[in-house]
Amino acid sequence: MHMSDALLSPVVGATFWAGSLGAVAYCASKLKQNIDEKLIPLMGILGAFIFAAQMINFTIPGTGSSGHIGGGMILAILLGPHAGFITIASVLIIQSLFFADGGILALGCNIWNLGIFPCFIVYPYIFKIFVQHERNARTVTIASVISVVMALQMGALSVVFETLLSGRSELPFVTFAAMMLPIHLAIGVVEGFITAGVINYVRTARPEVLENAMTSTPAVIGDSMNTFLLTIGLAALITGGGLSWFASTHPDGLEWSIEKVMGSPELSAPESGIHPGMKKLQEKAAVLPDYDFRTDEADQSISEDNWPAVNAGRSVSGIVGAFMVLGMIFLTGFVIKSFKNIKPKI
Amino acid sequence: MQSFDKEFINIGYLDTLSYKQTLVHRLHPCTKLIVTFAFIVTVVSFPKYEIQGIMPFFLFPVFIISAGDIPVALILKKLLVVSPFVLFVGIFNPVLDTRIMYYVYGLEITGGWISFASITVKFILTVSSALLLVAVTSFPGICYALQRLGVPKIFIVQLLFLYRYIFVLAEETMRIVRARNMRSFGKRGKGIKSFTSLLGVLLVRSMERAESIYQAMCSRAFDGSIRLVNAFSLTLTDMIFAAITITAFIIFRRYDVAEMLGELLLT
Repeated sequence: MHMSDALLSPVVGATFWAGSLGAVAYCASKLKQNIDEKLIPLMGILGAFIFAAQMINFTIPGTGSSGHIGGGMILAILLGPHAGFITIASVLIIQSLFFADGGILALGCNIWNLGIFPCFIVYPYIFKIFVQHERNARTVTIASVISVVMALQMGALSVVFETLLSGRSELPFVTFAAMMLPIHLAIGVVEGFITAGVINYVRTARPEVLENAMTSTPAVIGDSMNTFLLTIGLAALITGGGLSWFASTHPDGLEWSIEKVMGSPELSAPESGIHPGMKKLQEKAAVLPDYDFRTDEADQSISEDNWPAVNAGRSVSGIVGAFMVLGMIFLTGFVIKSFKNIKPKI
Repeated sequence: MQSFDKEFINIGYLDTLSYKQTLVHRLHPCTKLIVTFAFIVTVVSFPKYEIQGIMPFFLFPVFIISAGDIPVALILKKLLVVSPFVLFVGIFNPVLDTRIMYYVYGLEITGGWISFASITVKFILTVSSALLLVAVTSFPGICYALQRLGVPKIFIVQLLFLYRYIFVLAEETMRIVRARNMRSFGKRGKGIKSFTSLLGVLLVRSMERAESIYQAMCSRAFDGSIRLVNAFSLTLTDMIFAAITITAFIIFRRYDVAEMLGELLLT
């Protein structure tokens, strides 16, 4: 369920990076205000616990194949939203760097999909409501299963949206959603029962841990609403800044993305002011007219249905060139490598 | 993330690799972080139907692999393990987008295949550059760079704690897995029920461990922050490396080097 760099456009990636960074900064300041130093090693070790839990495979009922858990909701429930979010974000960073799950640009999306939804939407509005009055095995189980299912559904839907906005995949919204949501419903139910079992175990073995998490964040509903608004605001602000930055470095990539976004009517208003300016900028930025002509032709032909005959000679030269470039690069690699191997002998 | 045991060994392997002493290892972590990020953003910014223009970007990972003495097999293996999601989403492009874009010697190439190939190339480049970043930079180095770039301190502390405890807990978990394997027969005994109680035990044990670690740290004057030693300094090499790579990214992004070379060769 990790979003991938290759399916993202820079604008979408940067927007979610901004949103997630804003949320991390917010949670960090929130934790700093009423810091319980005991919490710091606990956050570290619970993050590591998620990795450890993923090392243990279990047999998925009915299928016979084995799987492992994601565990975001466990962290949110045991640590409360702020510390839980920081911990999930740190787990995702390690996963993106060492396991190549997702990617560095997609990290913003992944923190958003797997962190914001369980910590700031599902935990305060679903989980807490269910266990508000009494906490017994039954209510905790119901609350956990529903929470995990909801968090995963929101995350999966978010992946679909991010892919759609980026426009790298041809999958239409409905088809993609129809594939992602049922799969994650099944995963969510299984993981929900595991989460319930773990939380119930903690409830009986170490009841004070759950109480701590529940009481460490009083008035959580008003609080998280503020976070949410703050994050959205920050995301909007930084996207604006990000857009102008991309304008200077990658004119056509940006223009292309905006066109994609403009296609959906709700988003057309805020972007319309930038769009004409961007076009002008692109014209100025295009140093090599030949290249410019080439992309223009390509862009137009993509938007039009009737595909014009593409100059065959051109595309052949491109393919030949691509192979030449690759060959030269790998040769360079070998040269550096053999050069390094020779060095110690001398 | 199919078999975690192997993945775990790989973390340790990447960690060992990151302490080598080569030109790229000695670069300042900030430089490597910024250059890698610039690389990924530039690669991803290419439009949907671009392939040949991205090719020159292979220079960057190939340079890091060869200059940093990183085994290619490791990177390729990781790429294979994580490829299913991207390939699964991407493979629908050839099915859904069947407009013919190019004729190459009578062979019809549809837009879908081109965009699928583009996604695959981008996937290889972005994933390998992320792996190479940790293969040539130690994790405390990355945390130091993040701190310098303004990430909140509490988050840095969390990352350092987490990274350290992964190794501690992994060993304990391997013991648990071994114990369960010896007591179960085939798939019997590996169901959800026993798994859940194993997790519960592991969790409570981890929390107890966190408490004793906390007490041990307190008696050694822990005040809530970890101080990172500033072992790095920005040198002229860093400046040159960053200047060359980022200029190259911009040039490769603006001009289609592959196309130009091909034309030069054919005319």
